[in-house]
Amino acid sequence: MKSLQELEAIRNKTLNEIHMRNDRTEGIRIVVGMATCGIAAGARQVLNALVDEVKKRNLSQVTVAQTGCIGMCRLEPIVEVYMPGEEKVTYVKMSPEKVARVISEHIVNKKAIKEFTVGSAEQQDKEERE
Amino acid sequence: MKELSLHILDIAKNATQAGASLVEITVDEDILKNRLTISIKDNGRGMSKELLQKVKDPFTTTRTTRSVGLGIPFFEMAAELCGGKLSIDSVEGKGTNITAWFEYDHIDRQPLGDMPSTIMAAVTGSPEVDFIYRHVICGKEFLLDTREIKKVLKGVPINNVEVATWLFEYVSEGLNMLRR
Repeated sequence: MKSLQELEAIRNKTLNEIHMRNDRTEGIRIVVGMATCGIAAGARQVLNALVDEVKKRNLSQVTVAQTGCIGMCRLEPIVEVYMPGEEKVTYVKMSPEKVARVISEHIVNKKAIKEFTVGSAEQQDKEERE
Repeated sequence: MKELSLHILDIAKNATQAGASLVEITVDEDILKNRLTISIKDNGRGMSKELLQKVKDPFTTTRTTRSVGLGIPFFEMAAELCGGKLSIDSVEGKGTNITAWFEYDHIDRQPLGDMPSTIMAAVTGSPEVDFIYRHVICGKEFLLDTREIKKVLKGVPINNVEVATWLFEYVSEGLNMLRR
């Protein structure tokens, strides 16, 4: 049974990790679009998968956050990755399966997955129209 | 949207966007009376009379990215499809209360769905906002108050992934106890 005591243990463990980490190193932020469009397209499952993967791999420098409508509703669920010192990468039409790849290839191995990005989706649309 | 918990998440997001410091989510499954009631109440900025009159219109929204707002119309349709109703009380400067009820056993009623995920997403998405989640099944109650949780966390953010996972499991177990 989950209890508040267990929560306290999580708190102590997390505080230790925060202290151990060099506070000058800026963390990675992963942001999920969670407006009506995102939620209807499956953003909640994507968020669940992100939390699971980050926890499983113990990536304590990663924050999972949420935002509202990013403005490209037809490409939801959308996930943005902010790495310190790098340009933002926007992933579109995300799914729990794609999340696993983004975490291992981009967050852990620092190589963005081009085929999942908004740029690639727009290129594809353009080709289909032609 | 295929489950009511997704509507709840969507409306709860509206509440936090309205600048609320406290959002109260109540789900009451009264099987004897054949009624499911869901309410999302906040102490945010509320709506003017003009906005309140047109808020159920899909072409009304406060978002700036596009001019369509489907959250409330979707939720209302889900209620009306199964003999229910959605009502909105809102006072400018005081807050908003959206309540929807559904015929519990209506064939077109969407399943409640994954409430633990909805609560986790709502709470961790707005760490600065407090949430009270009350879920009643035939008189038995589960209660979650993030103010109590934040007291235990003493500074560790509630959107930490370990805490988020704990929240999810805590709600799952609490609801399973009610259904037993």
